[in-house]
Amino acid sequence: MEKEKRVLTGEHFIQGDIACAEGAISVGCNFFAGYPITPASEIAERMSERQPCLGGTFIQMEDEIASITAVLGASWAGAKAMTATSGPGIALMLENIGLGIMMESPCVIVNVQRGSPSTGLPTLWGQADMMQARWGTHGDYRIIALCPNSPQELYDLTIKGFNLSEKYRVPVFIMTDAVVGHMTEKVIIPKEEDIEIYPRRYTTLSPKEYLPYKPEADLVPQIIKAGDGYRIHTTGLTHDERGYPVMSAECQKKLVSRLIDKILNNLDDIIIVEEKDMDDAEVVVISYGITSRVVIPTIQKARENGIKVGSFRLITAWPFPGEKIRELSERVKGFVVPEINCGQMVREVERHSKCSDKVELVPHTGGDIHDPDTIYEAIMKVAKS
Amino acid sequence: MVENHPMEPFLRTDRIPHIWCPGCGIGTTVNAFANAIKKCGISLDKVCIVSGIGCTGRVAGYLNLDSFHTTHGRAVPFATGLKLANPELHVFVFSGDGDLFAIGGNHFIHAARRNIDIKVICVNNFIYGMTGGQLAPTTPLTAKTSTSPYGNKEQPFNLPYLAESSGAKFVARWTTYHVMQLTNAIIKALNKPGFCFIESVSPCPTVYARKNRLGTGLEIMKFFKENTRREKGVSTRDIGIDFQKEFIVGNFVDI
Repeated sequence: MEKEKRVLTGEHFIQGDIACAEGAISVGCNFFAGYPITPASEIAERMSERQPCLGGTFIQMEDEIASITAVLGASWAGAKAMTATSGPGIALMLENIGLGIMMESPCVIVNVQRGSPSTGLPTLWGQADMMQARWGTHGDYRIIALCPNSPQELYDLTIKGFNLSEKYRVPVFIMTDAVVGHMTEKVIIPKEEDIEIYPRRYTTLSPKEYLPYKPEADLVPQIIKAGDGYRIHTTGLTHDERGYPVMSAECQKKLVSRLIDKILNNLDDIIIVEEKDMDDAEVVVISYGITSRVVIPTIQKARENGIKVGSFRLITAWPFPGEKIRELSERVKGFVVPEINCGQMVREVERHSKCSDKVELVPHTGGDIHDPDTIYEAIMKVAKS
Repeated sequence: MVENHPMEPFLRTDRIPHIWCPGCGIGTTVNAFANAIKKCGISLDKVCIVSGIGCTGRVAGYLNLDSFHTTHGRAVPFATGLKLANPELHVFVFSGDGDLFAIGGNHFIHAARRNIDIKVICVNNFIYGMTGGQLAPTTPLTAKTSTSPYGNKEQPFNLPYLAESSGAKFVARWTTYHVMQLTNAIIKALNKPGFCFIESVSPCPTVYARKNRLGTGLEIMKFFKENTRREKGVSTRDIGIDFQKEFIVGNFVDI
């Protein structure tokens, strides 16, 4: 490894966690604050090795609360900032993830999910933090969460996550898991000039004209960085376009609606799904992350047995592609939803489906991936219904 | 013709009047801070202020600087991120005793241990003011609060001792009676690279004084005047504050 080279262009055989760190560095991440936790520590370790050689900052904070808060501070100083942890760490970060949403601070939060609740299965995997990402911090808001299913995608989606975070000024979750994070596979890192970088939306206005929370047409306000002479105020309190606290239902409605609508108005830009064998599908398996890799051979087996089944993979979990599910539900027999939890994303499928009685959850409490037969049986059940 | 107030460039005048009660010492501490910045002649564009939550947490909202009103207890790690990502900034944390030393205590000791180049100003009024006068980690033994109605039984923190033993390079304690000394301590901190801590002991007439029958803000200032002294070479170990007893002020650590 050439330590002082930012983009390590070439073909690598590396762990998912390392690919995640490299994706962040490739897109310009120059600040990482974190706290050790299995199975995410390798991301911090890689950052501690790489950032000092690139002129960036790595700091191991005293806990996850401090980690996310330092990330927000760094973001306001102009850094592209990231932290990485697992479920217990996210639980500690949640209040300040809300602060990031309210202050509209670009940053990326990686959750390498493990078995849960509580300390759970530190070295084994789960997908049971999906609703925590969506609803974890208190209040009404929308968040963006991406679900890679390979080290290559951990690299690619970390880049995507930074870009979405800059574009919509919202913290973005990378929702991976201990299998993908610890899996070693081929990862191709492109040439530096081929990496898309969405620049920070710095204002073009003068300090006298600038209002820190006055939105542009897409409802996202232009940003500044501390020290540039704009002398802004920002707060976790409900605030007006000046960033000043205003304690009224009217201001609350205006602000909270905008924080939600800036995501909802741009679903087509944010939502990525991967469809396979969908043209004639009567049964659709909806999956994400590591579970999607069990689904593909299961679908092949069902197809060989004459079942018209397709795969619909959520690469973006939040915002959820509800409209797409609604459309599909009008023409398919039903859905099969395997996930390594006892039913989280399946609730979204049921909510948006016009045939919610034909949504078959294939739950798994974690620590292992699905036995393909459990998914196969669910496919057969829906196909015969 | 009415001339502008000399401190006007430091304030968001469109946010005045502020929320602080008559007799409160937070405004005096802000005044000392603004005077210190003015005397140092540094560009206001490069000064950042980070606050947590509470009465003192509102300081960030009134200063015409890049100002960040964060969550309860988390001003120090936010300031850490700001400073590390742009070392050219002069980063001040301005928050209360409950915010910095109860919910935020762990961040304080670690920032001091790491010697992060931030300046922490704590307005210590011995109580949670904004939430209605609850017990703080600084409430003196026997003092009454709304959650210690029979008198505080817990040993309070001695803040300068905590700061020094955690690694702070400059440590001072003054009261809001000692405006000049407080201002000079902030100037010293500003000119010293590394983690600096200044405690500003302040009256809280509305809750602390009322619950303990200590009189008005002015009477508490008189108490500060008559019951504080400097002691050359004193160890921070020996400067804890007892309820309504004489206490030591000064610049204790200057490495």
